[in-house]
Amino acid sequence: MKHYTATYWAFFKTSLLEQFQYRAAMAIWMISRILEPIIYLTVWTTVAQARGGSVGSYSPADFAAYYIVLMLVNQFTFSWVMHIYDFRIRQGELSNFLLKPIHPIHADIAENIAYKVLTAIIIFPTALLLFFLFDPNLAFHIQTFAVFLLALGIAFLMRFFIEWTLALVAFWTTRNEAINQMYFTLGLFLSGRIAPIDLLPGAIQTLADALPFRWAVAFPVELMLGRLSQEQILNGFTMQAVWLLAGFLLIQLTWRLGVKKYSAVGS
Amino acid sequence: MYYLKLIWTFFRIGILNEMAYRVNFYVQLLQSILSLGTAIAGLAIVFSHTDTLGGWQAVDILALLGVFMFVGGVIGMVINPSMSQLMDDVLRGIFDYTLTKPCDAQFLASISQIRVWRLTDILLGAGVLIAALIYRGLDIGPHEALAFAFVLCTGGSIIYSFWLMLATLTFWFLRIENILHIFQSMYEAGRWPIGIYPHWLRYILTFLVPVAFAITVPAEALSGRLTPESMITSGLLCVFLLAFSRWFWKRGLKNYSGASA
Repeated sequence: MKHYTATYWAFFKTSLLEQFQYRAAMAIWMISRILEPIIYLTVWTTVAQARGGSVGSYSPADFAAYYIVLMLVNQFTFSWVMHIYDFRIRQGELSNFLLKPIHPIHADIAENIAYKVLTAIIIFPTALLLFFLFDPNLAFHIQTFAVFLLALGIAFLMRFFIEWTLALVAFWTTRNEAINQMYFTLGLFLSGRIAPIDLLPGAIQTLADALPFRWAVAFPVELMLGRLSQEQILNGFTMQAVWLLAGFLLIQLTWRLGVKKYSAVGS
Repeated sequence: MYYLKLIWTFFRIGILNEMAYRVNFYVQLLQSILSLGTAIAGLAIVFSHTDTLGGWQAVDILALLGVFMFVGGVIGMVINPSMSQLMDDVLRGIFDYTLTKPCDAQFLASISQIRVWRLTDILLGAGVLIAALIYRGLDIGPHEALAFAFVLCTGGSIIYSFWLMLATLTFWFLRIENILHIFQSMYEAGRWPIGIYPHWLRYILTFLVPVAFAITVPAEALSGRLTPESMITSGLLCVFLLAFSRWFWKRGLKNYSGASA
């Protein structure tokens, strides 16, 4: 355990320093993750106003709260491994990771956390600004917040496992763009980014229940907003646990099979 | 005539380049269809809860989506790759070769890279636009069609000038390829009518990153809500930005001294 803490700390520090050099680029790449919730917040607010005040159980102030929290949850749980892994494999860069006496996922997790710590400097002031601009209906209860943090932590790991598995598909395809875009498209609808899940048609809601997207993003958001009953919260944590375990097993399997298939291209 | 021939030559080079990677065509086609499907599904979800959005009917927003894809395709096919290439050339000093050619350097730099497969976006965008118009019963007259063509051209030129100015900054600050990404991110906001956004965002999308003139204004022309004011503004801004970006480009060139060598 102590060994892991030291390794993570080392990875974390290196990534932090490395990424700090690209701070301007980092801020620019965040624009779309900030703009997207604002776009859909505006669209749904406009719809609510046209309907005389609300859509389903959401008033404009509820939409504001939903999308501001969603922006934060998405920022803290997203990863980019699947966009760089095919490059790592094509260029033979993966060989460096294989030589280290530790599973390569740890370096990626530490790098991701370093990025999130750095970008917190941008995302929190942005959230605060949106808070004043859109006047959300968001009450703060310390218990809810504690449970929310737990859900957010599981969501982060679960999403990381699943996206890392997806990245490993590059062992077989060497180009992942098309698969990544399909994953992105599904996530857009099923994780509650285009609309809160309650507002989607019934069939899509059923699909959202079964797949991991909803439990990685929409569930922590709705939890924070206090929209879920005790039963729904328990159900959410169960689904998170199931997908966390599934993701963990999938990584073990694909990694083992993939590395066997890998023959360093290049260098 | 000479310039048209040059465009055609670069287009042919683009085709030849892409022919080496034919799988890319299917990847691009799949991506274009996916993003179209996503957009239409998104529209369907929004319009399952309402009949109008900020005064726009579903079919008008569909036409807007067509313009969004069409203009996005043009940017992705020529403007974005050429401007990225320009920044890269300046960084590596290869831009010298462009300057020594017996042709206007701005023109050459603007068409140097053509990603022909992005034609799928242009064609799908045009298809969506036409489908929306047919669904409405082809109710646009020659005046509206002309106005649409006019504001689409001026809007496109505004976008081009804007990109050129961003890319020209490279003559002063070498490593700023990420600046182009600002536009790409903001462009997404154009898939909905600009009028629904809060006024601060509307201001940004109109004057700082002029998405409004390239997408919303042409779509307004098709649904008969184009005001003479926005038509005139679009025309004047187009002339001004074309001239200003040209001047800015010349200033930038004076600053270029060849990086390597």
